[in-house]
Amino acid sequence: MTEQAPILIIVIPLMFSIVTPLIGLWKKDLCYPWVILGITLSVLYSIITLKTVLCTGVIHYYVGGWMPPWGIECVIDYLNAPMMLLISGISLLVAVYSRKSIEQELPGKTPYFYTIFLLQVSGFLGIVITGDLFNLFVFLEIASLAGYALIAVGEDGAPLATFRYVVMGTVGACFYLLGVGYLYLATGSLNIADLAKILPSIYSSKVVLVAFAFFMVGVAIKMALFPLHAWLPDAYTLAPSTSSALIAPLTTKIAVYVMIRILFTVFDPDFSIIMTHTTDIMVWAGILAIFAGAIMALAQTDFKRMLCYIVVAEIGYMVGGVGLANTIAIKGAILHIINDAVMTLGVFTVAGIVCYRMKSHNISDFNALFKKMPFTMTALVVAALSMIGVPPTCGFFSKWYLLQGAVVAGSWTFVIALLVSSLVNVVLFFRIFEIGYVFHESHDGHDSHAHGDGASVIEEAPLSMLIPTMIVAVGIVLIGIYNQPILINIIQLAVPKL
Amino acid sequence: MLDFDFIVSKYNYWIYIVLMMIGFYAMIGKRNLIKKIVGMNIFQTAIILFFVSVACKKGATLPILTNGHGPVKHAIDVSHYINPLPHVLMLTAIVVMVATLGVALAIVIMIYRKYNTLEEDEILKAIK
Repeated sequence: MTEQAPILIIVIPLMFSIVTPLIGLWKKDLCYPWVILGITLSVLYSIITLKTVLCTGVIHYYVGGWMPPWGIECVIDYLNAPMMLLISGISLLVAVYSRKSIEQELPGKTPYFYTIFLLQVSGFLGIVITGDLFNLFVFLEIASLAGYALIAVGEDGAPLATFRYVVMGTVGACFYLLGVGYLYLATGSLNIADLAKILPSIYSSKVVLVAFAFFMVGVAIKMALFPLHAWLPDAYTLAPSTSSALIAPLTTKIAVYVMIRILFTVFDPDFSIIMTHTTDIMVWAGILAIFAGAIMALAQTDFKRMLCYIVVAEIGYMVGGVGLANTIAIKGAILHIINDAVMTLGVFTVAGIVCYRMKSHNISDFNALFKKMPFTMTALVVAALSMIGVPPTCGFFSKWYLLQGAVVAGSWTFVIALLVSSLVNVVLFFRIFEIGYVFHESHDGHDSHAHGDGASVIEEAPLSMLIPTMIVAVGIVLIGIYNQPILINIIQLAVPKL
Repeated sequence: MLDFDFIVSKYNYWIYIVLMMIGFYAMIGKRNLIKKIVGMNIFQTAIILFFVSVACKKGATLPILTNGHGPVKHAIDVSHYINPLPHVLMLTAIVVMVATLGVALAIVIMIYRKYNTLEEDEILKAIK
């Protein structure tokens, strides 16, 4: 079975999602273990493929045994093998986490929710694994469509936010498709490796330039790069907590992954960096995104909405990091994809727990929460420190590489943007910590229980939500500590030769 | 100066661009959600037109070889056959687009049930 592992990673969630509603008709409670089983298998196969990639190098898998220019090829190299483990791992954590939250927010709809949940996961994995541009479009749309459905079932106003997301997302996907069309027109091939071979001889062609522009704009819409981010905050804020915990860490990061693929695999680094100067624009887009995200985040009174603007700013880090176009900055950007996904998962799961207990995600609801749910808030502190960039956590290291890259590239504005955004994150999160502590209110009424476990443990989140959150918090620290092995063994090899 | 023949001979591309812009305008300019969906659909259809017209050739036929059994004896002239691949890609793309349309319509139904209107301004007022 290990030979088929690459394709099984996506086929298993897909097949499981088809069976889920049938199981739901029979016994609703069985859906949850079924979903966990499916994603666990996916995680296992991701680990196997990652191991194979590390031992034997790039894996080529030909779907149905058809050879590349005609058939669809799955390529797993040093860039997407860790991405796959990241996606399936995060999905597994969110799936474990989802049970109580879904029962509360969407009573009676669990089988359908899990069906779409699995579709979403297989869409994400498909985007990452495929070696074919058109196939990537199809998986992009599978993931987007599942995402629309997951978001639309949220709170009041979610349908309208989703509608806007549908319109924007479709424009993005259509631009991407146009890019595929122009490249096919010029080369007659859809396979990424094939294109990479054919394209260098026709770089001067205007058709190729137009295709490149369409790709960039389409992907920028999908990843919510600053001026095109308008759909993101509403959609992610109003989605059910489980959906936002799954979609917020992954969707935008996968779009960044697609961008890196197009910039450095489909097209030459020479083309992207020297011929078209795209990367210069990307640095400025990144700086704008960081500032805009930070300023908008400061203005929010809603915790989840604040996180959404932080996500917008984080996209700026990655796009700017890739745009700096030197080895160390791109290393930092790729590491930041992984770190940011884990950090965002951490804060959104905490938001979900608070929402589960308090029925709202306003910042004022964090009143005295450190006392009521100490473990959850510890997880929040770890994730927040990582967002700010405090050393033992993973956020520090990727920011450090990005900073070094910015200094090497001499882009001082980007250095300033990184530092300012870190400071803004300090303000944002310490405001919440302060509300969470509220020293003066801790003395009334509960004084007798103040040091006992009774009063504080009762309010703590259910274990099925707490354990994934704690795992994420531990993971943030572990990725931080072991960043060097990750960098040297995996990411170092994924960076294109510049 | 404007090369009139050049513009006319590429009329399929002009039509696709015009259609795309009409759809884009409807998505941005119209306040009614259904009109936005219609605009979205025109936008997508324009892309299908682009792909299909790329593959089209005058006087060419289906990509099926006559006397195809056994070894082909004569050289195959590419200009006699239409490239089927863009059409096949568009079959998939149409499915994707129909799915998008379905999801969009389902969301519009949700919105209508909640707010009893499809005008964006009125919905925004109802939310706040």
